[in-house]
Amino acid sequence: MNFKSDNMRRILTLLALFGVSAAAWSAGADLGQAEKQATNWTAIGMFGGFVVLTLFITKWAASKTKSAADFYTGGGGITGFQNGLAIAGDYMSAASFLGISAAVMASGFDGLIFSIGFLVGWPVITFLMAERLRNLGKFTFADVAAFRFKQAPVRIFAASGTLVVVAFYLIAQMVGAGQLIKLLFGLEYWIAVVIVGSLMMVYVLFGGMTATTWVQIIKACLLLGGASFMAIMVLWHFGFSPEAMFAQAVKIKADLASDSGKTAEEAAKLGQSIMGPGNFVKDPISAISFGMALMFGTAGLPHILMRFFTVPSAKEARKSVMWATGWIGYFYLLTFIIGFGAITFVLTNPSFLDAKGGLIGGNNMAAIHLSNAVGGNVFLGFISAVAFATIVAVVAGLTLSGASAVSHDLYATVIKKGKADSASELRISKITTLVLGVIAVVLGIAFEKQNIAFMVSLAFAIAASANFPVLFMSVLWKDCTTRGAVIGGFMGLISSVALTVVSPSVWEATLGNPKGSALFPYASPALFSMTLGFLGIWLFSILDNSKQAKIDRAGFLAQQVRSETGIGASGASGH
Amino acid sequence: MDDDLVQRIASNPKYQELKAKRTSYGWWLTLAMMVVYYGFILLVAFNKTFLSQRLGEGVMTVGIPIGFGVIVFTIVITAIYVKRANKEFDDLTAEVTKAVLK
Repeated sequence: MNFKSDNMRRILTLLALFGVSAAAWSAGADLGQAEKQATNWTAIGMFGGFVVLTLFITKWAASKTKSAADFYTGGGGITGFQNGLAIAGDYMSAASFLGISAAVMASGFDGLIFSIGFLVGWPVITFLMAERLRNLGKFTFADVAAFRFKQAPVRIFAASGTLVVVAFYLIAQMVGAGQLIKLLFGLEYWIAVVIVGSLMMVYVLFGGMTATTWVQIIKACLLLGGASFMAIMVLWHFGFSPEAMFAQAVKIKADLASDSGKTAEEAAKLGQSIMGPGNFVKDPISAISFGMALMFGTAGLPHILMRFFTVPSAKEARKSVMWATGWIGYFYLLTFIIGFGAITFVLTNPSFLDAKGGLIGGNNMAAIHLSNAVGGNVFLGFISAVAFATIVAVVAGLTLSGASAVSHDLYATVIKKGKADSASELRISKITTLVLGVIAVVLGIAFEKQNIAFMVSLAFAIAASANFPVLFMSVLWKDCTTRGAVIGGFMGLISSVALTVVSPSVWEATLGNPKGSALFPYASPALFSMTLGFLGIWLFSILDNSKQAKIDRAGFLAQQVRSETGIGASGASGH
Repeated sequence: MDDDLVQRIASNPKYQELKAKRTSYGWWLTLAMMVVYYGFILLVAFNKTFLSQRLGEGVMTVGIPIGFGVIVFTIVITAIYVKRANKEFDDLTAEVTKAVLK
């Protein structure tokens, strides 16, 4: 009996360990549930300053936003450098800033594995997609995917792919905002959701892509500036010697372990463990699958793809990704240093710790407490305000891309068959913005208590399994047809969502089914669903002998010529 | 674009050179990025002890410079592509455009 229960306990522990690591994989940087802190007026004041500045920019942008083209792409006059910053602004979410620095603080090297995954998609976009996207597209990625195909079915697929990705990404951001505001400003959850929802609506409704771009540029500069300052202060403390910083962090981790009753040998081992890979990658299949979702998902995120149409030429598109990759890579190096800084400055300072020795407000406060340690209360307010501004900017970009999918792909192309005038298209996109804003607020409040850790990685998995294969095959494979793209795309979309639902992070952690009951054991579906998407496109294309298939294939040469040279591409004016 | 223009561009030798060079360059660099990234992930999955090995007397391990190296590699390989494309590919594109649109 005893033996049996011991064994049982061991199995449960093992399962729990696996569950935790799977959840960590799928969550990566998740903000989780947070406790409300004391009201922080400095932070609220600084955020107020950000709001005033961005509202002025929105007013200026509104005077320039007259046509649908202005709304979708800011008139196409944004430079590669500006767009690169805006892409970085879109990509460096609050979850990656707070979550990755927290992950580094908790487990060191493992946090680095995660940020590398987020970065490696960018070169692939540069080498294979960016220029061709710019040469073929106008407002949305569906313009590219449907270039030589029958418009309606491909647009309906692309709009579904866009809206599903945007929905999951939006919910994650809104819930993150609500949790953050409790931590950073000491205000109620619902206030955050309403503030983010209404600010985003103002930016997008009045200022369209121009305002959204500038909000993202400002936010990217503030975030990069603040994070640089923190990293420099940490390194300065150690005389700019990384070895000294790492040695101190290892010592602190070892001391903490020996305080909690570990033997000297175990403690030393635990201390050193932050310098190498730990349990982050449990099974290789999950690791590869998750890596694929991150690498190729980036190339299928509609709000990122849309940014390539804001620049005037393929050359500027290429420069945008160059700058974006540089800034994002630099940012991840900073978060690594910030995480180690948090070990040395925050974990040793009782004023940041609660009675149980944990961080006040939870692990995600690592970077926030560090800002206090290195820059005092005013800098704490600054970083808190930036973290919140980050969410507003990301949400604005998401909403704009969702609104474009409805107004440009569904309304103007599918319903009006390309005969909608600019004014009515603009009106539909504004109405959609309002609707999406309200939906985002409602969902944000509805999901308050839910475990939404899986949502961002699900968004990446769907983007990698549905949007990316269709875009990739339609641009690069001659024999791809309308039927193949639509069926394959939907196969990727449906399978990625379905496999996520029956994976441990949703089936067990969110839906509350018992441990081990999930049908799909891996942390990310991408390896399977992306393969299915590509296979579906290939199979249903080569089997396609319809009249439409002949038209589709015949159109490839003209598409290729334009994608390679840009001759005939939609110009800077967007007409 | 009319069919005639498409045919003229497609049969232009400079266009064919541009297409062949950029496509193969893009794929080779993509392959390099995949090898580096998945190599790193497989190392993490299968050979944790190698990455956790200490470099010298201190606490520094093999893994940290490798991890940083992957990030720096990502930025550098992007820069390498952009540098060649800005010069060579854009020049070729301009030549094609000039030849067919005159």
